[in-house]
Amino acid sequence: MRSFLPIVLSLAPLSALAETALLDWDSILEEAEGQTVYWHAWGGSTATNDFITWLGDKVEDEYGVTLEHVKLTDTADAVTRVLSEKQAGKDDEGAVDLIWINGANFASMKEAGLLFGPWSEGIPNADLVADDEIVASDFGTAVDGLESPWAKAQFVFMYDSADAEPLQSMDALHDWAAENPGRFTFPQPPDFLGTTFLKQALVSLVESPSVLQEPVDQHDFEAVTAPLWAYLDSLQPNLWREGQTYPASGPAQFQLVSDEEIDIAPTLSPSEASTAIANFQLPDSVRTFVPEGGTIGNASFVAIPFNSGSKAGAMVVANAILSPEVQLRQQDPDVLGYGTVLDMDKLSADQAQAFDELELGIATLGPAELGPVLPEPHSSWSAAVEEAWIERYGAD
Amino acid sequence: MGRVFPALAVAVMIGPVLAGLWGAALPAFGHLPSAGFQGPSLIGLQRLIEWRGVVEASVLSVTTGVSATLGSLCIVVLIVSGWSGTMVFTWLQRVLSPLLSVPHAAAAFGLAFLVAPSGWLLRPAALFLGWERPPDMLVVGDPLGLTMTAGLIAKEVPFLLLMTLAALPQADSQKSNLIVQSLGYGRVTGWLKSVFPRVYAQIRLPVYVVLAYSMSVVDVAMILGPTTPPTLSVQIVEWMGSPNLSNRLTAGAGAIWQLVLVLAALLVWRAVERLCACLGRKWAGEGQRDVGDAPARAMGFGFLIFTSGAVLLGLAVVGLWSIAGFWRFPAMVPDTLTLAIWTRHSDDLAATVADTFVVAGIAVAIAMILTVGCLETEYRRRRPMTPAAVWLLYAPLLVPQTAFLPGLQTLLLSFGADTGRAPVVFAHLVFVLPYVFLSLGDPWRAWDTRYATTAAAMGASSTRVLVFVRFPMLVRPLLTAIAIGLAVSVGQYLPTLLIGGGRVATLTTEAVALASGGDRRAIGVFAVAQTLAALFPFALALAVPALVFANRRGMHV
Repeated sequence: MRSFLPIVLSLAPLSALAETALLDWDSILEEAEGQTVYWHAWGGSTATNDFITWLGDKVEDEYGVTLEHVKLTDTADAVTRVLSEKQAGKDDEGAVDLIWINGANFASMKEAGLLFGPWSEGIPNADLVADDEIVASDFGTAVDGLESPWAKAQFVFMYDSADAEPLQSMDALHDWAAENPGRFTFPQPPDFLGTTFLKQALVSLVESPSVLQEPVDQHDFEAVTAPLWAYLDSLQPNLWREGQTYPASGPAQFQLVSDEEIDIAPTLSPSEASTAIANFQLPDSVRTFVPEGGTIGNASFVAIPFNSGSKAGAMVVANAILSPEVQLRQQDPDVLGYGTVLDMDKLSADQAQAFDELELGIATLGPAELGPVLPEPHSSWSAAVEEAWIERYGAD
Repeated sequence: MGRVFPALAVAVMIGPVLAGLWGAALPAFGHLPSAGFQGPSLIGLQRLIEWRGVVEASVLSVTTGVSATLGSLCIVVLIVSGWSGTMVFTWLQRVLSPLLSVPHAAAAFGLAFLVAPSGWLLRPAALFLGWERPPDMLVVGDPLGLTMTAGLIAKEVPFLLLMTLAALPQADSQKSNLIVQSLGYGRVTGWLKSVFPRVYAQIRLPVYVVLAYSMSVVDVAMILGPTTPPTLSVQIVEWMGSPNLSNRLTAGAGAIWQLVLVLAALLVWRAVERLCACLGRKWAGEGQRDVGDAPARAMGFGFLIFTSGAVLLGLAVVGLWSIAGFWRFPAMVPDTLTLAIWTRHSDDLAATVADTFVVAGIAVAIAMILTVGCLETEYRRRRPMTPAAVWLLYAPLLVPQTAFLPGLQTLLLSFGADTGRAPVVFAHLVFVLPYVFLSLGDPWRAWDTRYATTAAAMGASSTRVLVFVRFPMLVRPLLTAIAIGLAVSVGQYLPTLLIGGGRVATLTTEAVALASGGDRRAIGVFAVAQTLAALFPFALALAVPALVFANRRGMHV
C-alpha cells in the first residue's frame, strides 16, 4: 500500500499545472487586485521586517495587493499550520498564502503535497533569474516550479578585527579556538545557521564531498561523518561557555559580539554584518572572512501552499520580489544586504550598472574575495547531521 | 436561566481541553496518518524514552517548577505576615502590582541582561578592574536551571501576592492579627498560626496554577533555561516545530508525559500540604510566641526587594535599550540615545496595541459575565460547585499548554473557524476565564451573606442586592479580576499564534517573534509597550477602591 503513496502525491502538482498553464499574467494581475496575502516569514530580524513592510507598500500601490507579514519564530510553524489544515480537510482559504522557505521545510512540504504549483517559472520576472544550480535545486531537492527564488546567501564568518584575524581553514578555526577558548560559538542546531555551520565543517572535512550530493541512505553515514565528530569533539571544550549552551539564532550572536563575549561567529549573509553595523547592533570593527576553498551557498525562496485563497496575489508578490528595483534594494547593505538572484546579463545596462555601483558595506566581501560557492549537501544529509548533533551534544 | 452560566462556563473550558488532549494522545500512541503512521503503536513513547535528554529534561521540569513555586510562596508568606498593615507594605503593593502585568518574556530578558557575565550588574566591576572581556561563566542557561527559577520566582511573587491580598479581607486578618499580637505573639509567628491556614485555603488553586505553569513554561525557559538539554516543554515545542513530521509522535508522547509529571507533582504537593497542616496544628497549639520573627521579616523583605528589584531594574534597562544607539561592553549606558527604533516600530505598534486590546477586552468581558453569572447562580441556588466542577474549570491552567493547544487548533479548523479575531478571543477565554474565576471566586464566596439578608429584609430584590450591595463591597476583587484577565490575555503566546494562524498579531506574538532574533532594542520597544498597556487596569484596580472606600474604614486592606 505504501508504494502507491508517491504516485498519488505526484498527481497533485500535475493537475495544478494544467490549471496555471491556462492562466495568463494579465488575468492573474486582475484576480490579484484587492486580495490580501498573508506572508509567513521569520520575524526575528528587524531589517527583514522593515523590508517586507516596504515591499507591502509597493505591491499595494502598484497592484492593489495587501501584504500582511505574519512574523514567525520558526518557519516550521507555517509548515505545521498548512499540515494541520490539510489534516482537517481545509482545502481552500487556508491561513498561509506565501512562505519564506528553503531546505528541509521545502523538502517536507513538497513531499507531503502541501505546495501549490508549478507556477514559479511562469511569472514574468522569472526570465531575469540567473541560471544557477542553487536556484534550480534547493538543498538537493529539485525546485520544480514550486517555489520562486528571493535571495542568495553564502556562509561566511564574521570576526571582530579588534580581537581576531581572518582564518584560512576550518582547521585554523579549530586551532584559533584552542588558543582563545570561549571566543567562538555557533547557533544551536536545529537553528538553520547552526546546522549550516555543521554542514560547512562537514563539506570541508570529508574526503570526497561529492557523496554529500546524494541522499544519505546511499552511504555509510557514520563513516562519512566521522571526521566531523572528531573535529567537533575537539572543538567543543573551547567553545563559548564550553558548549554547555549556545546562542538561539544568528542575530542573537550580534549581541554576544557587542557584549565582548565572543570574537568570531558564523553568518549566512555576506553583508548581514554590514547591515547590523548600520543598525548599531555590531561594533564597526567587525569584518567577515571565508576559509580558502570556498563556503556553502544557498538561496531562499517563497512558496505558495496548496490551499491559499490568494494564489494570484501571492504570485504577484513573488514576481515583485524578482523585479530589479526590489532586488537592488535588498542587496543594499544599509537596507537588508541579501544577495540578488538576478542575472546581470539579463538586465538592461542601466539596471546592471545600478547593481554595480552599490556600496557593498564596510564588512562585506566582494565577489572575488567570497571565493567559490560550494553546493549545499542534499537535504537528507542536513537532517541526518542535525539529528546526530542533537543526539551527541544536545543533551550533555 | 440559572443553569445556563455554569453549563456555558464548563463547556468553554472542558471541550477545548479534552479535544486538545485527544489531539496529543493520538500521535503519542503512534497515530498520525498525515505523516504515514497508523496507530496504535508505542513508537512515540519509545522514541521519547530513547531520547538521551529525557531524564535530565524531566528532572529539570520538576525541580525548576517546584522550587519556583515553593520560593514564591515562601516570599509571599514572609512578606504578608511580616509587613501587612505597615506603610512599607502599602508602598510595596503599589510597586509590585504593575509587575504582574510585565510579560514573562520581557521580565526574563531584563533579568538575562542583568545577570549575564557581560550584563549590567557586573559592568561596574568590569569598569573598575579594567576588564576588556567579560568572564566566560555559565550564568544564564545554567544546567540546574537556577537562573530560570529565579526568573520564575520574580514573576510569580507578584501574582501570588495579589491573590493573597485579595483574600486577606475575607480571612479577617486584621482582627486576628490584633488578637494574636495582644496575646504576645510575634507578627510572623502569629500570622502563620492564625491567618495563614484561612488564607492558604483561598489561595490553594493559584498556588497549584503556579506549580503547573512553572513546570511547563516555554518562553521563560527558552530565554533563561538550559539548552543542552532544555526543559521538557521547550523540547516538546521543538519537536512540534520540526520539519520532520514523525517527530510529532515524540512530541505527543512528551506532551502526555509532561501532563503526567504535572499531575504527579500536584498530588505530591497536596500530600505535603496535609502533612504541613497536621504538623502546623500541633505547632500552633504549642504556644511559642516568637520563632525568629525579626530575621524572618528581614529575610522576606530582602528576598522581595531582590527579586522584584531585579525585574524592575531589568525592565528599566530593557527600556533603555529601546532608545539606545551603539552600546558596548563594558559601558553602563549607551554612547548615544535615539528615538529611531520607536519611530521605526510606531505603525506596527499602533495596529498591534489595537488588536491586543480588542481581543483582551472582549475575552475579559465574556469571562466576567460568565464568572459573575456562575457565582451568583451558585449563591442563589444555595448549591456550591462540587469539587469536581471546580477542578474542571481550572483544568486549562493545570494542563500544560503544550499538551493540548495543537489539538485545539485542529478542532477549530474542522469547524472552519480558524482565522480572524473571534476564534482567538475564544481561545484566550479558555485561559482568561479560569484566572478571572480563580481571582474572584473565593472573595465572592467569602462575602458575608448577612448583608444580603439585611437588604432583603428591607425589601430589596436579589438583583438589587447584587448590584447595589454586593458589587460595591466587592469592587476591589472585581477590578482585580478584570486587571488579571486583561494581563492574562495580553500575555498569551501559543494560543494567539496557533489559533490565530498568525493573522492576529498581539504585543506578545510580536515580541516573542522579535525575541528569537535577540535584538534588544526592538524587544525593548515591545516590552515597554506591553508593560504600559497592562499597567493601566492595575492602576485602576488599586486606585478605584482606595477612592471609593476613602470613608469606609472596614473596607481598608
